[in-house]
Amino acid sequence: MTTLVRRHIADHGQSTGVMIGVLLLILLGTLRYDNFASLYNLSSFLNYNAMFVLITMGMCLVIMTGGIDLSVGTVAALSSVTAAGFSAHGLEVALPVGVLTGLAAGALNAFMIVIMRIPPFIATLATLLAAKGTALVISDARTVPVDWTSNFTQLGMNNVAGWLPWSMLLTVVVGIALWLLVEHWPLGRVMLAAGDNEDTANLMGLSSGWARAWAYVICGGCAGLAGVFLASGFGAGQPLEGLGWELTAIASVVVGGTLLTGGRGSIPASVAGALMLGLIFNLLNFENGLGTFNLSAYWQMVIRGAFLFIVILLQVKITRPLAGD
Amino acid sequence: MKITSSTASPAATPAPRLQYRLRHSGPLLALLLLIGFNALITPNFMSMQTLSVNITQVATIAIVAMGMTLVIATGGIDLSVGAVMALAGAIVPLIFLSSAGQDFPLIMTLVAIIAALGVATLCGLFNGMLVSRFGVQPIVATLILFISGRGLAQVLTNGNLQTFDNPMFEYLGSGRLLGVPIQGWLVILIAAIAVFVVSRTRFGRYLLASGGNPRAAELAGVPVARVRMIAYTLCALLAGLAGMISVAINSASDAARNGQLMELDAIAAAVVGGALLQGGRAPFIGVIIGAAIIQLVRYTLLANGVPDEVALIVKAAIIVGAVYLQSLRGGH
Repeated sequence: MTTLVRRHIADHGQSTGVMIGVLLLILLGTLRYDNFASLYNLSSFLNYNAMFVLITMGMCLVIMTGGIDLSVGTVAALSSVTAAGFSAHGLEVALPVGVLTGLAAGALNAFMIVIMRIPPFIATLATLLAAKGTALVISDARTVPVDWTSNFTQLGMNNVAGWLPWSMLLTVVVGIALWLLVEHWPLGRVMLAAGDNEDTANLMGLSSGWARAWAYVICGGCAGLAGVFLASGFGAGQPLEGLGWELTAIASVVVGGTLLTGGRGSIPASVAGALMLGLIFNLLNFENGLGTFNLSAYWQMVIRGAFLFIVILLQVKITRPLAGD
Repeated sequence: MKITSSTASPAATPAPRLQYRLRHSGPLLALLLLIGFNALITPNFMSMQTLSVNITQVATIAIVAMGMTLVIATGGIDLSVGAVMALAGAIVPLIFLSSAGQDFPLIMTLVAIIAALGVATLCGLFNGMLVSRFGVQPIVATLILFISGRGLAQVLTNGNLQTFDNPMFEYLGSGRLLGVPIQGWLVILIAAIAVFVVSRTRFGRYLLASGGNPRAAELAGVPVARVRMIAYTLCALLAGLAGMISVAINSASDAARNGQLMELDAIAAAVVGGALLQGGRAPFIGVIIGAAIIQLVRYTLLANGVPDEVALIVKAAIIVGAVYLQSLRGGH
């Protein structure tokens, strides 16, 4: 009985905990800061974090299959450059161009990992370097301005109903699709099976190779869309951005309670993890604004690391006793 | 129990031995080809000036890569080396630029070096503790310091560039012994110790056994947790040393840039040099050759007018090629 309870906590405890944590942080912010619960803060928060939520969801799929994708940040930077380059042709051209850039990078990862059997860590590291190099070459190492007369900037700068940014709306749509994929579609089941035990999955006649390949392709597509948001929201393609995003995404997935060993994973919990990391920064900015202390951006990195440390220790505490059964 | 070192794989007949030699001299052949290519193409390549520029550049990569090799030998990975470099590199000038440092330059410079190496060691103990005592996956465990280590270095220095003029410390970066940069000698010294330790001591056998098959090693009485702890600690210590060297070379410490992307260079050098990511091997000489290849490719491209960005793409191709060849060999 206790084992069952523990297993339930190990499976769902942390994700529930993170969602409660997110609500508590929102409550704290609302009570402490005057402008926290404003529509302006809400929509700028959602707009800025749409990119991170997207790459976190892609990363979650990859981690579910037992892999890792280090290339998401630089791939997003690369697609921000390609999307910005096509911005004069309008959103209907620039958006697919950016997403296709990401999908292509994801397909490259999938090819190296599934066909060439290169470990995911190394393959995606190579894609990180190649994407950064390509972004710098095609942009001449400068930011690529977006055509302001086109409708491209609407995606990253305009809101629906006055508060919901288009970028977040699109992210929610992608998120629902990915959630359905994981929970209800056969491909999602095979991804989980491949991450849990690839040999067994293969013996059962599941094509785990294809499932893993799809995970990297979808993850690349998410990074590509994040790059489109980046270019659209900041009004320029940013070839130098993205380094470190992969680690933010991994941290978000870990905070959401997904273990890096594969075979498990939850899209909503990962999203909650990403929102929690984002909220902590939002709150720190408000605290800075109050003038109680003045934490530089450097302190925020330290705090982010310390936070990750605490979450990891909690994860170890919760899951350790299970190792014995 | 007998643990055979995989670098000295027994060969039954002369033919497989020759094949084995050829397969494992790939990195050396690649390096010689690169040198030959440069001698023919690149202007002023065969000069002492070029040699010492390359030695200076490659030394930090080689030192960090050797530490990384220890960790990779245990089947782990250390993403925090670049951040540890930044942290150690920020501490040294911080101490000897302080008022106490101005009053007692000699003592405080030594104190600064010891403090920096001490902090690097603490970072390694932190990583090692998470990995070996708490069972956290190496990528996640070292991710913590990857994120916060550089932040801490920037907090300490307020994000400012610290420039200094301290001839004694700068010797670490620009000093020469018998015409060869001092870092070159350091690489040779560290490599000699590392090769000796891995091939001749019990710790060395334990190290390879812990990575090769941790469960079997554990059952055979190898203190796997302690071996891992030591590997992460030494890796961070070497990263700290490299951080100080790179600060000494520039006569300035920039916490934002020192050691950036170094974890990638170090992993690449280790993999190109023949380290297996599954663990169980520690080919230090190969890793130094790997570091030299990575440095020389970059130099070749730059010297021939190819932009640095393209060098990134070439580096990516080299890494993938090396690992692909490894997998064709069937892991050995």
